[in-house]
Amino acid sequence: MTSPPIDRPASDRAARVRVALEESILPPLVALVIAAVVGDVLIIVFGQSPGDVYRQLLEGTWGNAYGFGQVIYKATTLTFTGLAVALGIRAGLFNIGAESQLASGGFLAALIGLAMPPGTPALLAVPACVVAAAVGGGVVGAVPGALKARFGASEVIVTIMLNFVALALLNFIVATHIHVSETLHTPEIHAGALPRLAAVLPMFSGSAANTTFLLALATAAAVWWYLFGTRPGYELRAVGLQPDAAEYGGVRVGRVWARTMLLSGLLAGLGGLNYVLGYKHYYEEGFGTGSGFLGIAVALVGRNHPVGVVIAALLFATLSQGGLAVNALVPKQMVDVLTAVVIIAVATAVPEVRRALAAARSSGIGNRESGIDGSRGRSDSRFPIPDSPS
Amino acid sequence: MSGAAAVRMAGIVKRFGRIVANASADFEVASGEIHALVGENGAGKSTLMRVLAGMYPPDAGVVEVATDGGPLRDVTGWSTRQAIDAGVAMVHQHFMLVPTLTVAENLILGRELRRGLALDLRAAEREVRELSERTGLRVDASRLVSDLSVGEAQRVEILKTLYRGAKVLILDEPTAVLSPLEVGELWKVLRRLRDDGGTVILITHKLDEVIEISETITVMRAGRTVGRMRTTDSTPRTIAKMMVGREVSLAMDGIAVGREQRTGNREQRLLADTVPSSPFRVPALQVDNLSVQSPRKPNEVDNVSFTVARGEIFGIAGVEGNGQTELIEAITGLRAASSGTVSIADSSGTLRDVTTDDVRARADTGLSHVPEDRQRRGLILEYSVADNLILGQQHRFTGGANVLDRVRISGNAASRIKTFDIRPPDESLPSRALSGGNQQKVVIAREMSRDFTVLIAAQPTRGVDVGAIEFIHDQLRRARADGKAILLVSADLVEILALSDRVAVMYGGRIVVTLSGHEASAELLGPYMTGAQGTAA
Repeated sequence: MTSPPIDRPASDRAARVRVALEESILPPLVALVIAAVVGDVLIIVFGQSPGDVYRQLLEGTWGNAYGFGQVIYKATTLTFTGLAVALGIRAGLFNIGAESQLASGGFLAALIGLAMPPGTPALLAVPACVVAAAVGGGVVGAVPGALKARFGASEVIVTIMLNFVALALLNFIVATHIHVSETLHTPEIHAGALPRLAAVLPMFSGSAANTTFLLALATAAAVWWYLFGTRPGYELRAVGLQPDAAEYGGVRVGRVWARTMLLSGLLAGLGGLNYVLGYKHYYEEGFGTGSGFLGIAVALVGRNHPVGVVIAALLFATLSQGGLAVNALVPKQMVDVLTAVVIIAVATAVPEVRRALAAARSSGIGNRESGIDGSRGRSDSRFPIPDSPS
Repeated sequence: MSGAAAVRMAGIVKRFGRIVANASADFEVASGEIHALVGENGAGKSTLMRVLAGMYPPDAGVVEVATDGGPLRDVTGWSTRQAIDAGVAMVHQHFMLVPTLTVAENLILGRELRRGLALDLRAAEREVRELSERTGLRVDASRLVSDLSVGEAQRVEILKTLYRGAKVLILDEPTAVLSPLEVGELWKVLRRLRDDGGTVILITHKLDEVIEISETITVMRAGRTVGRMRTTDSTPRTIAKMMVGREVSLAMDGIAVGREQRTGNREQRLLADTVPSSPFRVPALQVDNLSVQSPRKPNEVDNVSFTVARGEIFGIAGVEGNGQTELIEAITGLRAASSGTVSIADSSGTLRDVTTDDVRARADTGLSHVPEDRQRRGLILEYSVADNLILGQQHRFTGGANVLDRVRISGNAASRIKTFDIRPPDESLPSRALSGGNQQKVVIAREMSRDFTVLIAAQPTRGVDVGAIEFIHDQLRRARADGKAILLVSADLVEILALSDRVAVMYGGRIVVTLSGHEASAELLGPYMTGAQGTAA
């Protein structure tokens, strides 16, 4: 048999929806439980009560408006970098350069914000800065994409290396030309600043949460629509799943790679707006350090789906902010360890849970691994099953 | 039965969720015989044999195996390793070889010969060579598996099980990838194995094979054993009827009575009559001096020229790995030709040089392509049936601005599923969940429902069941009657002879002979396929 024939009554669409939900929600949930248990052990080692620590963690994040605002602020950047990485993985590309794409986007947005005269109407200034951030990230993303499409250069290597190059270049420009003396940042932008959420909802007062979060949600929706509703998205996913079949279907695989890396960089670049337009209103060396790499974890936990990415971004943002909230009880680094445990648990437990689910259901539904290169994963369930007599 | 029972399986039930793969199947093989296990795709043959080989535990039933002439012992639910240790081994259709290792290295994997700390590869190669000669499974022990043809890789798979001391050898559709000569060699090997006291179980749905090689037959349908008989008491027709549960017309029928007399039913006669006679051949596909080079081989395709006319099926026979794949890829634009030209008739019938066009442009000109590997190229297995039914034409299913038109995609799927009887009739199922025959129907439905002038059908019936083969052949004949030009590339000589108006043989990247369908026969083509004839040209 060359294939896993499976026959199911066509009527059980509802059952299939349930299965799909189970498949997408249960595995990460199990991973979270595992991470929580490991966290318990760590907390007990530090001589604290897990209940207290988790309560404080939740109170300091989702329990009050300021903490929640901080979570939203942190989740905004992570949503952009998570989307950037997820889009790449959907096309079979592993973009490790979100770190420098994010910085470049923020830098160019700040540059444009500085170039515009004070008093430029927001209707003009904000879009200009958004485009600048997109261009800044897009250019840095496009380079590895073009090199892969043209010469087959591994995007993994090139994006890693470009992180060093781009960040060093930005630091050099800022340090030698446009920094405010005694600091590592540029002057404040003249136009394009976005309002904080506190401006509308005063309870967020003091938190960095700003309207970029809405842009992040809109971007996630746009990515979702692009991936699943458009022809380029159809082709992008085809390239990621089966490049040979995509090629057969008339898709120019190299072009899709190049385009996707550009878009991936663009998405990461937009993340720079959160800090530059939304929070500090200037570019500062190292403003997003770690967000690019954490974006990989966000994509992984979010299973490369825009909705999942938003949820995962909120999760990691909660952990990050929660670390500060529980600082009095346990070292802040404990939460970093917890973040790492979540990532490891997702990477290992999710495929396991899905396999167990598939075995329990024994339906032989293809279980695509959600690993880093999981988009190429193949089902290991090849059950020959009789055609239903109809 | 010739000897004591080597394997006895009784009341085997194997369920996967709600789906019952084996519903109380019985099976018995005597030692020292070649047994054919036949049934349509999805009849539960492979599942039953996987239960025997220890890959799945049965939900109910008993598996008993006698090895080394001893009495039957209950081994129900054993592991693959226990099965191998007891001498029960299965050769799968999907090869389980490490491509970056040599043949010898693959064979000794897991039981390496050592000299001190180092692997004794030379001794291993010697052993492999001896085994290879003893069994007649000729393969160069020092070659990399990645350099082997599919047929050679399969030989390595069989060698591997024999190397591990298999007494009961289960082969899953072993001839799907072999040339007639290789099939003949395989039969010799299997007979020699049997004569040495080995037991061979052959999973197949090729009835001529069953008749030729087996001594006893088990027929399965829908998870049950529906018949057991001696081969001498059966005919292809009785077996086919038992497999499918109804009368079917067999591709080999046509050959048996000869092309001219293949007038079994009225429609076939009608189709045969519409084949244009030679003076008015209008070329729709023209290949001129086409060559393809690869880093591995300078002349994958070596200066090949031919034309296929409207209303003609041009068959290319040959052992796999002689340039057929590369030729198809060069024609379809998947691979660059190093020299030569390809021309395709557009919808108005004008030949257009498409040599520099990409895949999509060629398809838009009028080229349709059923690729040889549906799971690698023809389908995106994770995509739904509906999404797969637009692959290659996705640009025609947009409502402007590149937005996919879901309504039309769905409507297209509904009509294809109905016309081509794709089962289960559910467009939202991932293609992975379909049986091999139904997956191929998706590809056929897609490629034959669009506007095209030239169809390239590569191994169109590989791994699909008897009923689907009949259907697919019928579709090809229909397309011919419609005036399409069809290039049929197949390793299945029976198929080539049953369908082709002209037959060419590829060997070593060249077309070594072209015959009319009337003159062509397996005996005539065989020497060309192995290079014994025609290579001097």
